Amino acid sequence: MTAITDIAAERRRAGRRRRFGRIGLYVAAGLAAFLAAFPFLWATVTMFKSNQDLYVKANNPFWFNEPPTLEHVKFLLFDSNFLTFVRNTVVVGLAVTLLTLALSLPAAYALARLGMRWGERMGIAIFLVYLIPPTLLFIPMSRVIANLDLQESLWSLILVYPTITIPISTWLLMGFFKGIPRDIEEQAMVDGYTRIGAIARTVVPLAFPGIVAVVVFSFTLSAHEFIYALAFNKASAVKTIAVGVPTELVRGDVFFWQSLQAGAVLVAVPIALLFNLFLDRFVTGFTMGAVKG
Amino acid sequence: MTSLAARRRGRYLLENERVLAPLFMTPAVLYIVALVGFPFALAIVFSLTDVTVGDPDFSFVGLQTFERILADPVFLRSLRNTFVFAVIANLLVVVLAKALAMILVADFKGKWFVRFLVLLPWTTPVSLASITWLWTLDSIFSPIDWVLRTVGLIDSNVIWLGKPELAMSSVIAVHTWRIVPLAAVIMMAGLIGIPNEIKDASEVDGAGFWRKLFEITIPLMAPIIAVAVLFGVILTITDMSVVWILTRGGPTHSTQVLSTWAFFKGIEGGALAQGAAVSLFLFPVLVAVTAIILRLARRREVL
Repeated sequence: MTAITDIAAERRRAGRRRRFGRIGLYVAAGLAAFLAAFPFLWATVTMFKSNQDLYVKANNPFWFNEPPTLEHVKFLLFDSNFLTFVRNTVVVGLAVTLLTLALSLPAAYALARLGMRWGERMGIAIFLVYLIPPTLLFIPMSRVIANLDLQESLWSLILVYPTITIPISTWLLMGFFKGIPRDIEEQAMVDGYTRIGAIARTVVPLAFPGIVAVVVFSFTLSAHEFIYALAFNKASAVKTIAVGVPTELVRGDVFFWQSLQAGAVLVAVPIALLFNLFLDRFVTGFTMGAVKG
Repeated sequence: MTSLAARRRGRYLLENERVLAPLFMTPAVLYIVALVGFPFALAIVFSLTDVTVGDPDFSFVGLQTFERILADPVFLRSLRNTFVFAVIANLLVVVLAKALAMILVADFKGKWFVRFLVLLPWTTPVSLASITWLWTLDSIFSPIDWVLRTVGLIDSNVIWLGKPELAMSSVIAVHTWRIVPLAAVIMMAGLIGIPNEIKDASEVDGAGFWRKLFEITIPLMAPIIAVAVLFGVILTITDMSVVWILTRGGPTHSTQVLSTWAFFKGIEGGALAQGAAVSLFLFPVLVAVTAIILRLARRREVL
């Protein structure tokens, strides 16, 4: 009898503990989301505030004390170079993607399939990106770019960004290629395709998720990269968003705060949405990718 | 006839792995050698000369440039700050990212939205994220100051970026804030990788939350936590935009780091030799960190 009540009490206790755990989880999740997003929440409120509201120290910053306005968002979109920056970023991202794929697809295939002994050492090549980052290279690189007469043009960035994307993309694609059974391309070759034909028709389509990852990575890099973009290009017509927004929406000591925040939010939200779609793949990729290698 | 034979031989050559492999590999290797190897060599050459933008005809001066920058108190401050920022920020990252990873692997309603908000600091271009912080920490209109004033904790504004110690803390906080999501995502991979049998066994044995955390999860995750930290260190010491946008290295160089100091010297001041020498000081650290990552990665076969 006592045994049974003990079990019932134990079960109740366990249930209560679980319920507390659930509440704790929601509180923790809410707190984490708040801390991470706080500057963006503040930026989102700011971008719709009128000057009379924003620049009064006593006003509640989290509330619209004056009616909200689209004036500053319109200024960002139509009276500043913001859309030029977006266009430049997309152009650079596109060109970098193409260049990266053209060079890293064959390299990855060679490493995965063609018995290149360098496979193991590739890891070190990848880490060159971390060993010799833009922070270390931007000064000599700015001279290289000047001597090639590529200053003040998007070509400087298109030429230089693949030094970051190629090693990582090669590594990534190599993992994907290794996951594809050899029989598939061998069968295509038996069916009369040349080796190149077999690769183009079987292996490349099967590595499509890897190619998508390379595309996402190249575009994100073009949007994120700061040092090279700041060192090479001073003219607003050739700035990317990372450099354009923080440098162009400030005149002398005057910050166009609402437009600046609008710029940050309008860039941050779409990229974060995109990454949310890829997060699970990223996590599994991090554990699995090279284990197969 | 001959052209047909030649073409056939060409095709045959393309079928040969010994030809195809180098053919596929060479363009990528050449690209990297030309645009990473050459500039890196140039950085070393620059640092041993007296080259400036205005006077590109340089002559070798041996280690004079290094002697000059080492005698500069601003450089020493930058060197110290670079490490202080990286170490403190990443100590905070370990704790916060571990907690965040545990939240993100759990199942709950609205998880998708929480994940979206939590990823913002990492997925937003650092310079734009820093712009939101510059406004959040504004000397007059900071909402944090408004809350503190309203609650009655302070009488006048804190001026987060205007005093040396506070400015340093602010820079560290922003670095921590932006690296935690990435570190958490990496640790999530480690959490998911813990075999279910071990979790179930500990459950059956009646291990509580803290016991499971310290005796099972953390020891099993140690290598991947290390990987996350090392990535965090690299991201902190190679970043320029946080300091550049928040403080420009000020007030009076108190938040200067190697990357910003090299930029001021080499790009804005045109002193290429000194700028190159300043940024080269990062290299040994990066070699050490990278070697450790490679080791851990090989042992655990993560990455």
